[in-house]
Amino acid sequence: MIRITELAKSYGRREVLRGVEFSVGKGEMFGVIGPNGSGKSTLLKLISGIEKPDAGRIELEGQPLGRFSRKELARKIAVLQQDALPPVGFTVRQVVEMGRYPFQSWLGDEPEDVSALIEGILDRLRLRALADRTLEHLSGGERQRVALAKAMAQQPRLLLLDEPTTYLDIGYQIQMMDEIRRWQSDTELTVIAVLHDLNLAAQYCDRLLVIQDGRQVRIGRPHDVIERGLIARVYGTEPILVPHPVSGLPQMMLQPGWSRAGVSGGAPVGDTAPRAAAGYSEKGATGSETPFGGAQWNG
Amino acid sequence: MLLLLSVVASLSLGSARLPVGDVWRILFHQLPVVGGAVPATWPESSEKIVLDVRFPRVVLGVLIGASLSLAGAGFQGVLRNPLADPYTLGVASGASVGAAFLMLSGLRFALLGPWTVPVVAFATGIASLWIVFRLARTQGTFRTETVILSGVVVSAFFGAIVSFMVSLSNKVINDIVFWLMGSLALRGWSFSAVVLPFFAAAFAVLAGSARALNLLALGERQAAHLGVRVDVMQRVVLAASTLVTAAAVSVSGVIGFVGLITPHLVRLMVGPDYRLIIPLSVLFGGIYVLWADTLARTLLSPVEIPLGVVTAFLGAPFFAYLLARHKKGV
Repeated sequence: MIRITELAKSYGRREVLRGVEFSVGKGEMFGVIGPNGSGKSTLLKLISGIEKPDAGRIELEGQPLGRFSRKELARKIAVLQQDALPPVGFTVRQVVEMGRYPFQSWLGDEPEDVSALIEGILDRLRLRALADRTLEHLSGGERQRVALAKAMAQQPRLLLLDEPTTYLDIGYQIQMMDEIRRWQSDTELTVIAVLHDLNLAAQYCDRLLVIQDGRQVRIGRPHDVIERGLIARVYGTEPILVPHPVSGLPQMMLQPGWSRAGVSGGAPVGDTAPRAAAGYSEKGATGSETPFGGAQWNG
Repeated sequence: MLLLLSVVASLSLGSARLPVGDVWRILFHQLPVVGGAVPATWPESSEKIVLDVRFPRVVLGVLIGASLSLAGAGFQGVLRNPLADPYTLGVASGASVGAAFLMLSGLRFALLGPWTVPVVAFATGIASLWIVFRLARTQGTFRTETVILSGVVVSAFFGAIVSFMVSLSNKVINDIVFWLMGSLALRGWSFSAVVLPFFAAAFAVLAGSARALNLLALGERQAAHLGVRVDVMQRVVLAASTLVTAAAVSVSGVIGFVGLITPHLVRLMVGPDYRLIIPLSVLFGGIYVLWADTLARTLLSPVEIPLGVVTAFLGAPFFAYLLARHKKGV
């Protein structure tokens, strides 16, 4: 679906990405994780074609990305951003219809009638009751759902998620990710997701890419990536890893007092951790009150 | 419809009183096919006043109002700033510098006769736009905040030059100041003919960009992800809006408030959809300036009030009223 080779990007003299290389298959959910400023968002900007790489190639369905016009790209790629839609005076239905823009002629017409598509999306995301309300009267969570509906109306083949759950409470986070997964399995959609929350990333992604300072550190299944030494090295804090009681996927709990505290550059924390993580993971696995959204990464 | 009624009403009002019925009949008489059915029962002077004096002025007023409102809608859409108006990019002050210089130096009618001021004002207006674009461009891209700031800076600079020129001469101070406040007096058909192509071109560009402007309201990145070439669209709309503004300013002087207020009025009435805002702004802007000019020439007749004064005087309270009502409705 998408293949990326030797990607590099600098802003002025600052190198933001170098040597990034991976490919994502059709229908896969591919997560990108890394600390703040590691280059995750830049990577998404390059893939969405908003910015051009300095070196390397991005191929979408076997064609170099640069060969597509802005409008052609919008027919293939939809982006769900971190910040919700602004509180403008458009109604929910109008905004969802805006997702059809890349398919419309300059008069705003489309060869086929898409009202059934729009209504279907409104039903699917339970937006029907809100359809004629304007965005300024919706909550942040509802507006993010409208943004998802707009992305669906675009009928993309590749969906890019740029930390879309950052400002949502845990209920909306799960709802949003579940909707995306359902959409994905219905249409063989490919998803590349930049996620802040490592627990969400481990739960929903088939594979994860870890980047740090613009270099890729590891690619693999959540089990191989969410691993104590790597997380400690990349993020500079040592969490406790716990297998999820239901799915068995790695989940983590944060430990106060275990930060790199002002030391820049990956300090080797792994071998200095005195407490056996196993003892904690036992407790964590049995404690049913573990708050899911507790591991929000805002540092 | 409202526009047509306004036109006829305005044609009937003036320092020489004419019956409304005569005005209707004179207009009908001019229509190519059905015109013959209306017998000429009015004095010839009436026909002269209506067709040669008032009608060109009325048409120019509608055209200027439509142009400024169109440009205002374009600026507000692209810059996503409610305070943006056609003069945001310094066109008005640029044009004023050219006009004021001509008046001060006594070259007002040199070379091109009555066309000297419009041509020079247009040229200096465009020059100021070019300076603003040059200032605002950083590393090949430009950000809307930078554009607005550059516009403010350039406006302030040219404004200072104009003030300096006004202060240099006591004798012609009224000429310059009156030009700055805008007027439609003594403009024949040819002025409309000059503004019309600019208006038509800008209207085509903006109407064609209406859906893209809607997407832009959601944010620049949102619009880009939906397939809008944001920087190209912004530049084209800004350039079209500025050109039509420069054309309007160069023939009528600086008529304030219309371009700022009309798009807001329309937005309060019909919502944020630019597919409606753009054509309705054109319509309402035309009617607005037409009525303002009618008042300007009749209220203290035969003395004319500067048009810019009337537009602000009428517009501000009306806008305050709409705003208050809108707040209550929410």
